[in-house]
Amino acid sequence: MTIEELNKIKAAKADIVKVRTIIAEEGEKLSKVTGYRKQVLVCGGTGCQSSHSMEVLEALNAELAAKGIADEILVVRTGCFGLCSLGPIVIVYPEGTFYAQATPEGIKRIVDEHLIEGKICTDLLYQETVHDDGSIISLSETNFYKKQMRIALRNCGVIDPEDIEEYIATDGYQALYKVLTSMTPDEVCQVVLDSGLRGRGGAGFPTGRKWMFTKDAPGEVKYVACNADEGDPGAFMDRSILEGDPHAVIEAMIIASYAVGSHQGYVYVRAEYPVAVHRLRIALDQARKYGLLGKNILGSGHDFDIEIRLGAGAFVCGEETALLTSIEGHRGEPRPRPPFPAVKGLFGKPTLLNNVETYANIAQIIRNGAEWYSAIGTEKSKGTKVFALGGKITNVGLVEVPMGTTLREIIEEIGGGIPDGKAFKAAQTGGPSGGCIPAEHIDTPIDYESLSALGSMMGSGGLIVMDEDNCMVDVSKFYLNFTADESCGKCTPCRVGTRKLLQLLEKITEGKGEPEDLKKIRDLATHMKSSSLCALGQSAPNPVLSTLQYFGDEYLAHINEKKCPSGVCKSLLHYEIIADKCKGCTLCARKCPVSAITGTVKEAHVIDTDKCIKCGVCIGNCKFGAIVRK
Amino acid sequence: MTEKNVIPFQGTPEQEAQLKEVIARYHDQPGGLMPALQEAQGIYGYLPVEVQRMIADGMNVSLSEVFGVATFYSQFSLTPKGKHRISVCLGTACYVKGSDKILEAVEAKLGIKSGECTPDGMFSIDSCRCVGACGLAPVMLVDDDVYGKLKPEQVAGIIDSYTE
Repeated sequence: MTIEELNKIKAAKADIVKVRTIIAEEGEKLSKVTGYRKQVLVCGGTGCQSSHSMEVLEALNAELAAKGIADEILVVRTGCFGLCSLGPIVIVYPEGTFYAQATPEGIKRIVDEHLIEGKICTDLLYQETVHDDGSIISLSETNFYKKQMRIALRNCGVIDPEDIEEYIATDGYQALYKVLTSMTPDEVCQVVLDSGLRGRGGAGFPTGRKWMFTKDAPGEVKYVACNADEGDPGAFMDRSILEGDPHAVIEAMIIASYAVGSHQGYVYVRAEYPVAVHRLRIALDQARKYGLLGKNILGSGHDFDIEIRLGAGAFVCGEETALLTSIEGHRGEPRPRPPFPAVKGLFGKPTLLNNVETYANIAQIIRNGAEWYSAIGTEKSKGTKVFALGGKITNVGLVEVPMGTTLREIIEEIGGGIPDGKAFKAAQTGGPSGGCIPAEHIDTPIDYESLSALGSMMGSGGLIVMDEDNCMVDVSKFYLNFTADESCGKCTPCRVGTRKLLQLLEKITEGKGEPEDLKKIRDLATHMKSSSLCALGQSAPNPVLSTLQYFGDEYLAHINEKKCPSGVCKSLLHYEIIADKCKGCTLCARKCPVSAITGTVKEAHVIDTDKCIKCGVCIGNCKFGAIVRK
Repeated sequence: MTEKNVIPFQGTPEQEAQLKEVIARYHDQPGGLMPALQEAQGIYGYLPVEVQRMIADGMNVSLSEVFGVATFYSQFSLTPKGKHRISVCLGTACYVKGSDKILEAVEAKLGIKSGECTPDGMFSIDSCRCVGACGLAPVMLVDDDVYGKLKPEQVAGIIDSYTE
């Protein structure tokens, strides 16, 4: 591959991809020159595939073939669009109309009415994009998208991730060419440092410094590795980037290999992400075929190749030394630092390890310059951050915003607020290593520093929204359960500490808590933070400490009044049928998933509290208000 | 482990040949033990001690090291799985929307706990960390089928549809 060939592919494909970003009239003109009257994008992310988007895609292809218009319409299977709760998602360009929760039946109508007759099926659209007067706004102008700034997610939901030429069409591999032909390794590291980019895996270490350390480390053999072991429950940005734009990560790793002097790379990716692994494999094969990976890349004399290693389900492997130990084929246990991986990493050699999202920013920083990137964000946190927005929020999905965007903007404007008229209670960031941010801090601008000041952290970027129905003691018990289970067991403060903390929380949620338990929790937490070997144990107490800080009254209610104010902790509540109100309709007994309700027709029913799992199905179904939660 | 849960190893010569091929492929690869175990689990469905011993002998590592790795990672299983594998997502997004109640409904329906297999070998239950389909929370998987936005009362019907 030469730059001329690369540019030739780019020129041939650029307009086709551009149609998907320029909407309305100009896009209309553009679509005429591409040879395709319209383009239909179907989301092939894991979220949409889970809601059967591939059946929609098949139905679309079959319908286009049946109507004889398959040549006029380009069908593209993309990565994640971001609005996962509305899947399967189908977008038609050049109009940019956004069909939500598409079905194979709906697709037939879209082909007939929209693609053939030119009449948009407004009733099938995401209703936020339809005005009262029936006029339509494109997806890019909705609240969900207009506040976002997409850098790491730039190509997700835009290009076909299984087609390297679509990536090339959006300036793909141009940064690599620039680096290989006109920059020294020192200059590359300097640009990354000047950009202000910090590690998106969570800790926020300056990426450029990491690159420089690895470059300057003595040794002939060096490695470049990518952490794609996203183990944070509720975070899926790394997966979405790998699924939606795998070449962005590959290009960045090749750039890094040139900068630090490495010839072999590893991507350590979760085996639970089959779609991401599949697309990454395709992308690596294509990059090799196009001469962008392997020997003599772009004729520069630089050699580099990448191997995939599958994780096998161990949260601790997100910690850098544990991840490298796992690639070596051992139990993924961390080891003390220093020496840092930059000096002594994989197989004892200097190793550069970055997270997927960090890599996804690199090529654009090289192309657009350090100043461009550092102009975005806050003083100490530059650029953008991708958040996986989940929990009690209307627009569950993936959002990318400049650092410094407030929590309120993310939750209320982009996220569309809390569903069912419930009140916002807290946002949990940073997963098991993070903490909860209460409603009174909703106007906090989000960056690395402000989150740690609130006792939470950026983490990988999971952002779980909780409403009044969530019990904060239960939530911290949930995280402790997780960390106790995932502690690798190598060091005592973490192995024993997480268990003891969990036991204390279980005691409190079971109504057996005593006032001195809170002091025990604080003491234990302090020890764990200072003496655990790795970040897992050091941060494991964070969810408890932050909920204690902001929701101390909930802990006290559990301990002193033996009550769970949110009605979550099972030992502290039970369901009862009020015999006078019960008509004996049997509906509750039929709906109960564990057959805990018994009774004869037209007579009052009873709940067996031992069997009852307190799921609330009976209350939701009772038409007579005869069931109460106490 | 109680005695009734020990299922005798029933490997076939074909499986053994496949395993030997895997061992030969990863024998000299740095860090080859994990991918070898992953492929071995693909062949047998789980990693009984007999398979671990073959890998240890073939790759020239101690059985204790193989066992150490096999028990460290949650994806490796030392017991066979059911014909239909149910996993309930206990990621945070699912949990705050009540996936613990989905798991309890599954356990109540099948009469076994998470991590176990029904005596007839039809179903096994696992709780998984995060499927990543947070938009559909709470989520349950049966084999490769994803059931999202679940309510506890739907569980029994879904499981029944796999026994017909």
